[in-house]
Amino acid sequence: MAQANPRILPGYRLSISFTLLYLSVLVIIPLGACVVTATQLTWDQFRAAVWTERARAAYALTFGASFIAACISAILGLLIAWVLVRYEFPGKRIFDALVDLPFALPTAVAGLVFSNLYVANGWLGRFLVPLGIEGAYSRLAVVLVLVFIGFPFVVRTLQPVLGALDAEAEEAAGLLGASRWQTFRRVTFPAILPGLLTGFALAFARGLGEYGSVVFVSGNMPFKTEIAAFLIVSRLEEGRPNSYREATAIATVLLAASFVMLVFINRLEALSRRSA
Amino acid sequence: MRSAELKTEDLSPSDGVPSGSGSSVPHSALRTPRSQDPRWVRITLTSLALLAMTVLVVIPVISVFVEAFADGAGAYWNNLTGDADTRHAVLLTLMVAPLAVLCNLVFGVAAAWAITRFKFPGRTLLVTLIDVPFSVSPIVAGLMFVILFAGWGVFGPWLEANGLRVLFTVPGLVLVTTFVTLPFVARELIPVMEAIGPDEELAALSLGANGRQIFWRITLPNIKWGLLYGVILCNARAMGEFGAVYVVSGRIAGETCTMPLQVEVLFQDFNSPAAFALASVLTMLAVVTLLLKVWVEGRVRGQKAEGSEEPQMTQKDADKT
Repeated sequence: MAQANPRILPGYRLSISFTLLYLSVLVIIPLGACVVTATQLTWDQFRAAVWTERARAAYALTFGASFIAACISAILGLLIAWVLVRYEFPGKRIFDALVDLPFALPTAVAGLVFSNLYVANGWLGRFLVPLGIEGAYSRLAVVLVLVFIGFPFVVRTLQPVLGALDAEAEEAAGLLGASRWQTFRRVTFPAILPGLLTGFALAFARGLGEYGSVVFVSGNMPFKTEIAAFLIVSRLEEGRPNSYREATAIATVLLAASFVMLVFINRLEALSRRSA
Repeated sequence: MRSAELKTEDLSPSDGVPSGSGSSVPHSALRTPRSQDPRWVRITLTSLALLAMTVLVVIPVISVFVEAFADGAGAYWNNLTGDADTRHAVLLTLMVAPLAVLCNLVFGVAAAWAITRFKFPGRTLLVTLIDVPFSVSPIVAGLMFVILFAGWGVFGPWLEANGLRVLFTVPGLVLVTTFVTLPFVARELIPVMEAIGPDEELAALSLGANGRQIFWRITLPNIKWGLLYGVILCNARAMGEFGAVYVVSGRIAGETCTMPLQVEVLFQDFNSPAAFALASVLTMLAVVTLLLKVWVEGRVRGQKAEGSEEPQMTQKDADKT
């Protein structure tokens, strides 16, 4: 391997040893310590910690809300990306820049604002609550705020894909008599599907771990609106002799889920790169 | 997007020349607006997208400022500066975030240099490892450092024996913020340096430049916009980080509460105006981040267009002949 790219340039040893040291101290050792602490529990203790009724409810909400939010993000993200790439309208550049706002806005601010907007006397809540739509301190609130956090991932993965699409294929489909809807379904959609799935997966993965915004909007009621991340924090703060181990056990479940997503996303990205 | 526009501009003159080659078909396809959607479809989809953006992004941002200024500018200013804990939180964030960014800046440059300029076994693994902090939940990230440094933790007993503390202190905040924002600079630099390639650096080396000269005179000027882009994103996240610092800080008001944590403390105290006042500062930081980002993106794209000039020239030449 070394022959292909001989180490002519200076700084190999310095940069690689610094990189490895830095990653060891900040990533490998903490991750290792977390996993080791979880394995200090026996299998039965581990199962008892991660599979309580309260924990199951928390997983169901975390995964369920993230999944629903990622689905909504995928649809909204496709719509927004489509409009931004294909149509012209006044203020387009501002809207394009605003898509990044959820990335830049601290999650605590997002949580604070969303909870305030959807309560009964809030700007949006005053119209929605009379209709029976509780957009604050409910499961719906969790989904809402996760859509806010998640949709930019879909827009930003789809924009380059849509922009690079071959117009010829669509024109050909049109010339052969396909309707616009048929062209979209048969020609455009299959081409953007890997990108759409990547965006979906990114939004979903982000939703699984999200804490800052959810903690403000959900109300954090055990069995009802408590997410897994909040359960970790409350276990950690209980201060029982074994409670930090239980917290770690639940954390390993979340860690495992995020690693599965990481591998999945890497695969998807490789796939969409190949098809591009 | 921009590169496609550039290409059409460059190629459009050749469209006028009846060259007879089949290559003019994709040019015209590029030049025509892509959408043949009927007008009502365009209008409906655009309105729906704008509506979604308004509800999700525009209304929340406006409401932050309306709520913050609900009792007038005087009350707003008093909410921000009257409370010692809030003042401390602002200063703490202004200290923690730059420290974390600085660490990750040095790391990002070192990692990108190692990964893009040398081949070694385990290179792909290293790139994946750099991405890990992005996929770890902030709460889990915080917990990992609690496990390391708590009294019952891995290094806890040793730290206690030496009279040191990391948890619930500022160094702990810096450490966990650095972990959470670790990938930003490296991720931005790796593709940039990959695209530029080592040729200029190799040329400098052959002309007798040493490592430091190569870095300051060749590499840094080439990557500066990418570097700045990474730093901007890294800083935004570092200032806004909530979950990870929530776990390791202990949330001691006036000591370890950063701005986002202080927002939560004020919110829990039912001091909504003060929470919104502080949130408005964070929102302004986010807006400034966006503006800087747009500006730097333009620069990065300009640089890329410069870099890709060569193949376009040859394309043109080929068209002429």
